[in-house]
Amino acid sequence: MRLRYSQLNTQDSELDRFRFRIAFAASIVVLAFALLIGRFVYLQIIRHDYYTTRAEDNRISLVPITPNRGVILDRNGTVLARNYTAFTLEITPSKIENLDETIDSLGKLIEILPKDRRRFRKLLEESKSFESLPIRTRLSDEEVARFAAHRYLFPGIEVKARLFRQYPLGSVAAHALGYINRINSTDLETIEKNEQEANYKGTDHIGKTGLEQKYEFQLHGETGYEEVEIDAGGRAVRNLSRTAPVSGNNLTLTLDARLQEITEKAFGDRRGALVAIEPSTGGILALVSTPSFDPNLFVDGIRSEDWDQLNNSPDRPMINRALNGAYPPGSTFKPFMALAALELGKRTPGQAISDPGFFTFGGHTFRDDKKGGHGLVDMYKSIVVSCDTYYYILANDMGIDNISRFMGQLGLGMKTGVDIEGESEGVLPSQEWKKRRFKRPEQQKWFAGETISIGIGQGYNAYTPIQLAQAMAALANNGVIFRPHLVRYITNSKTGEKTLIEREPLRTLPWKPQNIEFIKKAMVGVNKEGTGARAFAGAEYESGGKTGTAQVFSLKGAEYKASKLKQELRDHALFIAFAPADQPRIALAVLVENGGFGAQSAAPIARMVIDYYLLGKLPKGPAKDDETPEEEE
Amino acid sequence: MLQQLLQRFRARLVEHIDGPLLAIALVLMGFGLATIYSATYDVSNRAFSQMLNMMVGLAVMWGVAQLPPQKLMRFAVPLYVVGVVLLVMVFLVGVKVNGARRWLPLGFMRIQPSEILKIAMPLMLAWYFHKYEAALKFRHYVIAGLLLIVPFGLIAKQPDLGTAILVGAAGFYVIFFAGLSWKAIIGMVAVAASAAPFVWTMLHDYQRKRILTLVDPTTDPLGSGYHIIQSTIAIGSGGGFGKGWLEGTQTHLEFIPERHTDFIFAVFSEERGLLGNSILVFLYLMLIARGLMITANASTLFARVLGGSITLSFFTYAFVNMGMVSGILPVVGVPLPFMSYGGTALVTLFLGLGILMSIHSHRMLVKK
Repeated sequence: MRLRYSQLNTQDSELDRFRFRIAFAASIVVLAFALLIGRFVYLQIIRHDYYTTRAEDNRISLVPITPNRGVILDRNGTVLARNYTAFTLEITPSKIENLDETIDSLGKLIEILPKDRRRFRKLLEESKSFESLPIRTRLSDEEVARFAAHRYLFPGIEVKARLFRQYPLGSVAAHALGYINRINSTDLETIEKNEQEANYKGTDHIGKTGLEQKYEFQLHGETGYEEVEIDAGGRAVRNLSRTAPVSGNNLTLTLDARLQEITEKAFGDRRGALVAIEPSTGGILALVSTPSFDPNLFVDGIRSEDWDQLNNSPDRPMINRALNGAYPPGSTFKPFMALAALELGKRTPGQAISDPGFFTFGGHTFRDDKKGGHGLVDMYKSIVVSCDTYYYILANDMGIDNISRFMGQLGLGMKTGVDIEGESEGVLPSQEWKKRRFKRPEQQKWFAGETISIGIGQGYNAYTPIQLAQAMAALANNGVIFRPHLVRYITNSKTGEKTLIEREPLRTLPWKPQNIEFIKKAMVGVNKEGTGARAFAGAEYESGGKTGTAQVFSLKGAEYKASKLKQELRDHALFIAFAPADQPRIALAVLVENGGFGAQSAAPIARMVIDYYLLGKLPKGPAKDDETPEEEE
Repeated sequence: MLQQLLQRFRARLVEHIDGPLLAIALVLMGFGLATIYSATYDVSNRAFSQMLNMMVGLAVMWGVAQLPPQKLMRFAVPLYVVGVVLLVMVFLVGVKVNGARRWLPLGFMRIQPSEILKIAMPLMLAWYFHKYEAALKFRHYVIAGLLLIVPFGLIAKQPDLGTAILVGAAGFYVIFFAGLSWKAIIGMVAVAASAAPFVWTMLHDYQRKRILTLVDPTTDPLGSGYHIIQSTIAIGSGGGFGKGWLEGTQTHLEFIPERHTDFIFAVFSEERGLLGNSILVFLYLMLIARGLMITANASTLFARVLGGSITLSFFTYAFVNMGMVSGILPVVGVPLPFMSYGGTALVTLFLGLGILMSIHSHRMLVKK
């Protein structure tokens, strides 16, 4: 090169230099294009799968199709909860600039009440802005047509056909059925815990209480999907495929809707609870807590007025008294005490005491209800006339440990395991319980004097009506205890297959048959010639029962006069019963809050329930209080 | 007689036309039309009006090819002066569109003066170097640099970084081919590198964002990163052989923005795959090779530096566009040569082709 340079003139060397620069530029071009090709290979070959997925994700949107929620039927096929389709007007807030203005102009077309706005506001606070939220529900056909004609004016607003839950019987069995309402953050946690997130993509309601909550994942069904091709603006271009949803499973209950309704009516406007169980299966025939509420109010978001009314009512309609009310059992405790005495050999049926009308222990006098006492009282009479003194002495003889062990086996003071969430435990008093319950050492000690009133179902005793009903059913069923349950079987919506809910007994208590027979006989005596005789006068069947009165207010030895006390301070009335006596088909526990004597207000309700269940006899109205209470307890 | 006349006409028609350059450009145009059709047929078809643009472009190319380079030289100074004056007017009274002042209203139409500089810049500098060919001193390079900086600055200020880069590159290529010493080039690169942080502070927010987005598009997936994310998805999902013509989902579901103009490569790439991309890159490489060949054999300094600059401009357009669409360069408004829809850009490109053809067909005349 150098040699040649010297021979060339300047112009040629200039040209050489230029051509070198051309070659240099050409190599830069080749390098740059190689870089591009490298990039293309990376994107189109190496990461092809990734970008294909991204492109598919871009264009394909899965639109969930909400399944039909399972229906709930009573034991005879009466529909208790079902679905119906209605049109709702829904707004997607993220697509709308000025919500208030839009709602105002929408209001000129379709009636939007202030309560609708309030509910929408509430939903808006709880939801993400890209969810579509109902501003109006249950549009009439005319309203749907009117909106359809003006639809173009309202982008981001659409009419949707939605399934609504409906409880055709209204407040009947509301505490058993529960209700559904919009999914909140707590529900989302439950859904996540059950790994159901995908299945709940299109669902915005969930069971909040009762069976709707307990069997949520049975009732819900499987969400279907529609694969929709969408463009960059999110508009659906065409449908690609559809996976049909699978409806939720149907529940058939052990509950008898008619019995339930009659029972609720029998309560009239009194507060209380009743649980009726089929002793041979543990199936719940009626689960009543009055006052009740209308679960339909919750379905599309409860209005705040309704919610305030339900929440602030002194009658507390939202509390399920059958499961969450813990009451002293009063004298309904006595048959179980008597059975314990027989089983533990602390008494024989024939052993009698002479009742002076009181029992003194440690300087404290425990009074019987009847002044002057019942005279000579054996075990049969102690139950029939409900003699307190007999049980003061018995409790003292048995001791707290024996009592709590026996009652614990019956299931008192522990959750029954009924298929509704949130059941209360109640209180089964024992030495250990007292240690747990109190902090100060001097309070933790059990005093023998405390055992005395336990014997008549007072003191620390507190049980839920369902526990009492279960104990009654266990006795009626000769010691075979079932878990009380509301769902008889679940019908698979796809296969039609029926899954029976456990019929295996929880446990069988090793009671001697003659002891059981004796207690039952005494309870039959109660309804024939004792404290329940008036309520069961003229019954066409033989039944057993026991009245009870639970003290709400300590009279501190003063005499109890119902008329002088405020209603809230009056005693709770209780009644437990089973019928027919030889082959019990129904066992129940009734509680009437502040109802006074058990015989007075609770037993007549039990009579109506049993009359209907065994004979199909319809009551004429709410059970009337027995106006002339006889002395008892 | 008629046959003879036709023959003479035909000879006259193709006399100054370079076959390979025209063939490559026509194949690219064919790809371009097909892609524009795919990108726009379901909205409002632009392929036909692009064909009209093409006719105008071809006519311009033919006309320019007829002019010998010496005549082209005469346009250098006036075109440059007019261009710069118009740029100054844009700066003063230009119309703002989408936040950028690029257009100059002329009553009946609006023009974009920066487009003129794409040709005027290399023409001016080539003329300048040609004038002082005999005694090129360092100061001439400095003056050339100033001639370059002024319009570059005005365009960048509009702001139109894409065009500024194209104009700046075209000018730089002239200076490079005119023989600026390597030392000076390396020095300039060093200065540019050290000035980068300073330039960074002068950039507009959206320009900075684009550069940041390039580093990590996911930082702003719905904003400035959206273009890059969607175009890389389009390219990547195209795979080896593409989804087929009219079958690109990214394209037809409108995920690709500017899909018949600046981002047309994403559409092409999605539907034609790596195979199509390779053919496209090969075509550009051939176009540039032919241009450089013509340049290497050009007879005057003016023709050499002008031809070199125009050829490398084709490269710049293609590389910057494909680089930006595939996510290795920041998003700047640069069309893909002979592919993107747009009359002005197409006419400018054909003008460049015409100049190259003129250089090629007139070299013997000069020598003689």
